[in-house]
Amino acid sequence: MRLRDKRFLAGLALLLIFIIALVFPAIAPDSSTTNMGVFTLMYVGLATAWNIMGGYTGYISLGHAGFFGFGSYALGLLLAKLGIQGGYTPFLFVPLAGILTALLAVVVGWFALRTRAATFVIVTIAFMFILQLLAENLVGLTGGGAGLGFPSPPWRGAFYNIPFYYAMLVLALLGLGVSWWIRRSKFGLGLLAIRDDEDKALAVGVPAGAFKLTAFVVSAALVGMIGGVYGYYVTFIYPQFVVDPLIGISMVLMVFLGGLGTLGGPVLGALILEPAQLWLAYQYGASRLYLVFYASVFLLVILLMPRGIIPSVRDLLARWRARAGGSNGAPGAMREPPAAAQEGAAP
Amino acid sequence: MSLLEIDHLSKRFGGVVAVDDCSLSVPAGSITGLIGPNGSGKTTIFNLVTGFIARDQGGIRFKSQSIAGLGPDRVFDRGIGRTFQLARIFPRLTALENLLVPVRRSGLRALFSRAAWGNEKARAMEMLEFLEIAHVAGALGGSLSYGQRKLLELGAVMMSEPELVLLDEPAGGVNPALLERIADRLTRLNARGTTFLIVEHNMGFVMKLCSEVIVVHRGRQIANGNPEAVRTDPAVLDAYLGA
Repeated sequence: MRLRDKRFLAGLALLLIFIIALVFPAIAPDSSTTNMGVFTLMYVGLATAWNIMGGYTGYISLGHAGFFGFGSYALGLLLAKLGIQGGYTPFLFVPLAGILTALLAVVVGWFALRTRAATFVIVTIAFMFILQLLAENLVGLTGGGAGLGFPSPPWRGAFYNIPFYYAMLVLALLGLGVSWWIRRSKFGLGLLAIRDDEDKALAVGVPAGAFKLTAFVVSAALVGMIGGVYGYYVTFIYPQFVVDPLIGISMVLMVFLGGLGTLGGPVLGALILEPAQLWLAYQYGASRLYLVFYASVFLLVILLMPRGIIPSVRDLLARWRARAGGSNGAPGAMREPPAAAQEGAAP
Repeated sequence: MSLLEIDHLSKRFGGVVAVDDCSLSVPAGSITGLIGPNGSGKTTIFNLVTGFIARDQGGIRFKSQSIAGLGPDRVFDRGIGRTFQLARIFPRLTALENLLVPVRRSGLRALFSRAAWGNEKARAMEMLEFLEIAHVAGALGGSLSYGQRKLLELGAVMMSEPELVLLDEPAGGVNPALLERIADRLTRLNARGTTFLIVEHNMGFVMKLCSEVIVVHRGRQIANGNPEAVRTDPAVLDAYLGA
């Protein structure tokens, strides 16, 4: 298949997915299904945002739940201090929550990104728990263990989920747009170079520190905005539920399942794991059986598809094509002309 | 005129003196060889010049301006490229993408500019053709042969048109045919104005290619001059054959 045909088919598939996502609440308007839609889109956005840092640079952050919680608290406090009532207005403050999260990420990243590999992972985990402790102990600001309330959304019944569904859709699309833009730019190529060999990247002029910090901040800002919408959706937030390590681990697992460092991998991972997790929760109540499911999926991915579904399927197809063509081409050894270098590629 | 000047440079790793009050200079437009027995401090000098390790004392000047204390990306930005002893490329990027990575600061806009991007892509293809590896443009770096990696690494450095390139053992582990090709490409790039400083153990390669040779031993310069003069220098013979 020629490159142009492939790109046409990929574009068509994306358009189809977008149309389905757009009309989904009309097709399945009941509350439990739209609730599933809200959470699935939330994780599409979270996994995509996490992938900008973890997937493109190879710096695995297990502390992104800290940014999720911070964004949630930032929006809740903004709305409370400004006396904003429930309705559509709180959504207008979501970008502000993203900006505040970005500012926090600059500070966190400034320190955390002086480390590499396992040390970076540990620093991000430590950051998350520090934030959780602060949220629990700064009672005058956050309400501590008693939680922080958001203005009550005025919508009732089956419609309640719909504004949140579209808010999450917008954020997921924003995340995908940013991720796509970065992936096809020279900046994105620099991030991938850092992932492959940071010292070599420095040797060819990539300002690794600035690039990593930018990716970290962009990723955190997106996660913070999603956290804000989540807080408004659940109307009451507690430190252990918004600064929850499981949220951070879920993002990572979804990206690993779909394909680390790919554009579509995080989307695919979220589309598989989140509905499955919600289905298990509906079926087996609060037994947290989904944790066993998560652990099983994680083991299977590591053992069978360490690079994730998309790269593994791509390799399989390459092997199959090579066999059909009678060639001995090593799978994964050849790629389409590089995304960043294709004719007419967006900058 | 000297392009690179190293002045009383020293570097110590614990109790080991890797570079000891070393001074040397690289003439502009030359292909200069930097030779010496194993452990004489050649690669350490490269790492000090390119900012990969910090000096203990001494000065490093490029085009008469101090570059001491700058990080590797800033040194590259000033116009000094380098390759490594074992060819280092980006294994999960294609050969073409490997050539598109190098960044010499021209503002944020260039990182996202479509026009600049298209132009760079055309130059990268030309570079691959110049190095005779255009047929692997779409192949992942990790799937290339060692010789192709060597050429690709050189191409990546040359993409940013540096004034000075430090090559760490370009002949190491490559077959004679490829060695000929590397020598030819270096000569042609030099004719276009690029200065090279080459660390190499293959003396035939050094003597054939270099107009100047600097010899270091125990972290210090012990001789310099044209290849013939250096070959017969008693201090050099002593360093290689003595002790």
